[in-house]
Amino acid sequence: MKQNYYIFNNGCLRRQENTIFFEKEDGTRNVIPIENTEAVYAFGEIDFNTKLFNYLAQKGIPVHVFNYYGFYSGSYYPRETLNSGQLLVKQVNHYTNMRHRLALARAFVNGASFNIVKNLRYYNNRGKDLGEYINAIEGYRSRIEESGAVEELMGIEGNIRNTYYKAWPTIIDCEIEFERRVKQPPDNMINALISYLNSLVYTTCLGEIYHTQLNPLISFLHEPGERRYSLSLDLAEIFKPIFSDRIIFTLLNRQQITNKDFMTEVNLCYLNESGRKTVVREYDERLKTVITHKKLERQVSYRHLVRLECYKLVKHLIGEQEYEGFKIWW
Amino acid sequence: MDNSIAHLKLTGTQINYYFLCQRKLWYFAHDIQMEQNNDAVYLGKLIHETSYEREKKEIDIDGTIKIDFIGKDRVIHEVKKSDKVEEPHIWQLKYYIWYLKQKGVEGVTGKINYPKLKKILDVVLENGDMEKIETIMVDINRIITSPLPPVVNRMKICKSCSYGDICWV
Ligand code: SF4
Repeated sequence: MKQNYYIFNNGCLRRQENTIFFEKEDGTRNVIPIENTEAVYAFGEIDFNTKLFNYLAQKGIPVHVFNYYGFYSGSYYPRETLNSGQLLVKQVNHYTNMRHRLALARAFVNGASFNIVKNLRYYNNRGKDLGEYINAIEGYRSRIEESGAVEELMGIEGNIRNTYYKAWPTIIDCEIEFERRVKQPPDNMINALISYLNSLVYTTCLGEIYHTQLNPLISFLHEPGERRYSLSLDLAEIFKPIFSDRIIFTLLNRQQITNKDFMTEVNLCYLNESGRKTVVREYDERLKTVITHKKLERQVSYRHLVRLECYKLVKHLIGEQEYEGFKIWW
Repeated sequence: MDNSIAHLKLTGTQINYYFLCQRKLWYFAHDIQMEQNNDAVYLGKLIHETSYEREKKEIDIDGTIKIDFIGKDRVIHEVKKSDKVEEPHIWQLKYYIWYLKQKGVEGVTGKINYPKLKKILDVVLENGDMEKIETIMVDINRIITSPLPPVVNRMKICKSCSYGDICWV
């Protein structure tokens, strides 16, 4: 399996002949094994050159850029090579036809909220009293199928998330300050962790979409244009509870992440370098974790689950098999 | 030849996939291709590039068929990696011979080369093959123009097929 390459240091990333290397400020160099690289994550202050981007394009490797605070700023997404005109037309049709769009949007919310409930049940079975939240969310979930418009569905989704987040202080053992989700900018540790991890999930989804014929600009639950590659947002909904939230619970409960991994400035809380490294390490491990896929009857990595989700979408769009959002079974 | 068949413009790959797997044929015709980065594909490319270097390679005819190389005495060659599934290779070559024949090039025969196995297989058009090819072409057209990929049961070759993930997920 190809690896993500994470750069935390400052320096420059360059191409020389057929290798790519990262040169740190102190002059030391690391060669990046390009044939084995899935994506580059740039967390440091990094200089790039055009030659490099041309080479990355040729190899189909995206670069995800994060700012000083560790917040995601954008991706360099190489020119797509796997296009299918017929599939693109179908993807557009599924967006413009409200009935089709709703069916997909429902499937995303359904899968995402299933995985959310699964997380809650996991901790409920381990002695945390979460019954009230689970019931409330099941109540909202029962309304998914009746929802008549995407905005309504978004509303249900919002309610589910709010209820879910209310349960977090019970799940997380340490003293935390977390009442509601604040995105821009995150105002406390939990919000900082959520923002950071969600952007990692988003880039993972984007990277997997790239390897398929799907067009990342056309989405169904989220409005295209909400973020440039909004199909990534749709897919990320499904995987956030599995990839992102579970990591947050684990890191905090094992005290692998504590106060000293954060920096706070007026109303702004973000992970410092050691915090980011811990989270990225954990995230990367998670992507590589393998499970036995029931239908395929073989081992697949967590990351590959995202690719499979793309294939399921393709099958839905061509009318071969109705899409059902991935539901965690373990 | 029947005009309705001539306009179909089928490629050798399509004929090959018809015998290999009709789902793969459909997906491929709809530009749903799997990424070509696995080792098997790489090996295939390498065999192509390093074997028979002296011969002129990849002769494109009408943008429809691509012959790996043409040897002496009107023998067309096709280079393949493994002989695990021979039938698709044989029919691909028969189709090329048929194609050249209907363009007025007579007396062509074929050889399938398996350089890795040091094996060569001779291919000629036999009685009834012409008709069979025409039936196949119509059938391929029916498959690729149908809105959905055909249903196929899991086969032995699925295990090593790059489409497995999309077929069975
Ligand atoms: S996985 Fe099997 S059914 Fe699917 S395309 Fe490959 S050979 Fe055909």
